[in-house]
Amino acid sequence: MTSAHTASAPAEAEPQLQTPLTHRSLPRRAAPAVLLVALLAGLGLRLAGLALAWSAILAAVGYTVAIYSWSRAVEGTRKAFDRMVTAIVTSAFLLALLPLVSVLWTVVDRGSGRFDSEFFSYSMRGIVGEGGGAHHAIIGTLIVTGIAALISVPVGMLTAIYLVEYGRGRLARYITFFVDVMTGVPSIVAGLFAYALFELFYEAGVRMGIMGSVALSVLMIPIVVRSTEEMLKLVPNELREASYALAVPKWRTILRVVLPTAVAGIATGITLAIARVIGETAPLLVTAGVTASDNFNPFDGRMATLSVFSYNEYRSPGVPPEPSFDRAWAAALTLILIVMLLNLVARLISRLFAPKTRA
Amino acid sequence: MATGLSTHVTARRRPRRTRTLPDLAPVVFGLARLQVSYGRHRAVRDVTMTVHEREITALIGPSGCGKSTVLRSLNRMNDLVPGARVSGRVTYRGHDLYGPGVDPIEVRRRIGMVFQRPTPFAKSIYDNVAYGPRAAAGRRGRLRKAELDDRVEEALTGAALWDEVKDKLKSSGLALSGGQQQRLCIARAIAVRPDVMLMDEPCSALDPVATAKIEDLMLRLRHEMTIVIVTHHMHQAARVSDRTAFFTADTDSEGERHGRLVEYDATEKIFNRPADRRTEDYISGRFG
Repeated sequence: MTSAHTASAPAEAEPQLQTPLTHRSLPRRAAPAVLLVALLAGLGLRLAGLALAWSAILAAVGYTVAIYSWSRAVEGTRKAFDRMVTAIVTSAFLLALLPLVSVLWTVVDRGSGRFDSEFFSYSMRGIVGEGGGAHHAIIGTLIVTGIAALISVPVGMLTAIYLVEYGRGRLARYITFFVDVMTGVPSIVAGLFAYALFELFYEAGVRMGIMGSVALSVLMIPIVVRSTEEMLKLVPNELREASYALAVPKWRTILRVVLPTAVAGIATGITLAIARVIGETAPLLVTAGVTASDNFNPFDGRMATLSVFSYNEYRSPGVPPEPSFDRAWAAALTLILIVMLLNLVARLISRLFAPKTRA
Repeated sequence: MATGLSTHVTARRRPRRTRTLPDLAPVVFGLARLQVSYGRHRAVRDVTMTVHEREITALIGPSGCGKSTVLRSLNRMNDLVPGARVSGRVTYRGHDLYGPGVDPIEVRRRIGMVFQRPTPFAKSIYDNVAYGPRAAAGRRGRLRKAELDDRVEEALTGAALWDEVKDKLKSSGLALSGGQQQRLCIARAIAVRPDVMLMDEPCSALDPVATAKIEDLMLRLRHEMTIVIVTHHMHQAARVSDRTAFFTADTDSEGERHGRLVEYDATEKIFNRPADRRTEDYISGRFG
């Protein structure tokens, strides 16, 4: 039966379908070809004296219109629409990527000039004009952000644990509401809060590294609470019940089952929170202040930080200004590298702490 | 597997059919007019029955009949559900489980539980089993390593898993197959050395081979502990249990469903000569 079937199939008259299964389609290289033509047209416009941005936009629009009309004529409306949306989405992606690449390129280009050993081993003490470095600012940033993390992580994590595991009723609702409010606090307000707080204990105009840490904590705590909360909510309730059924008290269940299950996500959230506050400038300007010297004591006097250092070098350059500008860019590059390093560390942590799922 | 489609045949084939079930075995649980509500909804009401030592008691019935709710009230797991309220009386070896000052932790140390879906913790096989004993030891001094090793081996052997995992105790519990995971959960519960084991549809997520292994395991465990099992699988109840309680759900005038106990008797009687019409309809597959 089957052999007769396959053998005689071509010979048999094919039953007529109301609509065919196949469509006419554009040649395979149609899209790249149209794109090439559009790019060449854009290049022509550019050479004819049109601004670069306008040329690029016109090329993109030209490509979209051309591929849509051609496809519509040959392939029909559905395929044509698909090609148009593909073109638009790709353009949007490139547009979004542009500022990122531009910033990264600019910072690397201008920052690498002073990205040398002197930059990492000298402070600005007694430096006028060329030379000097950001040693004091790097140390300051690490100390201020480190203390901010030491304050925020326990407070934030314990808050999240309360909200997910214990919180019922009004108090939990209020805390959730105020965490939301805190998320929206402008960073300069956090800085002024820290300043006002410490002014109660010290004289007016006080500047200390720890003040910067407190200001950053105000910004960081809500992020830690939110991310930890989300991660704890992901832990299946069945695991908690299984633990309770083994006669394990609640606190021990949280410590031994819930937190270990969520630890990878929590670590990632904390690292992202640190990355978020490490580049803050305004709150540090009014709390940790500006200094040219090394200061490793967060409880005594002004403390430089990378973002403030960069800002200050740009705002009040020496004469000539170029060495200051170079230092500012190098500081920005250092900051970006620290954040990238943090993200790598976060991945490492989440890999190390990830609950064992494989043999 | 010639378990047969007829429960009657299956039941008759069981060798311990001759085992008589006098009410002489000590009572482990005594339920008197038990009612459990979630918020304003009464999930199950008016349950009166006794569970006897070293027997397997099966709770069967259609979905929503409250059998799991009854099971969860036996080791106070309902405490964890916000709005759950238990009234009536539940005694464990003569002590009121819901009396004043009763510590749910102490209750659950004696009355273990295995759930529908295997829930191994994201730890190694060893740590999964050692988890309960370690927590218990936390209250009265540390457990020595050798002692803990023995407990883990004993529990895994008891759950018929030791031979399969003895060479990979350090690997993750999540890397096991579904049936192995469920046996790991049973081992984890055994390791606490409970007096009673509650099982909430322990085989519903497993294939027939894994189910058969768990059933064999239950029959062996019965020599050491009392087992109460919820199952929506009638053949399973017929195969393993000594006594069977049949629950059903009534719909009242306001359209709310309440579970209630219809009939409770020796398994042989429930499956061969049920006293209630509804039980007969259910076990013969006419509804549910």
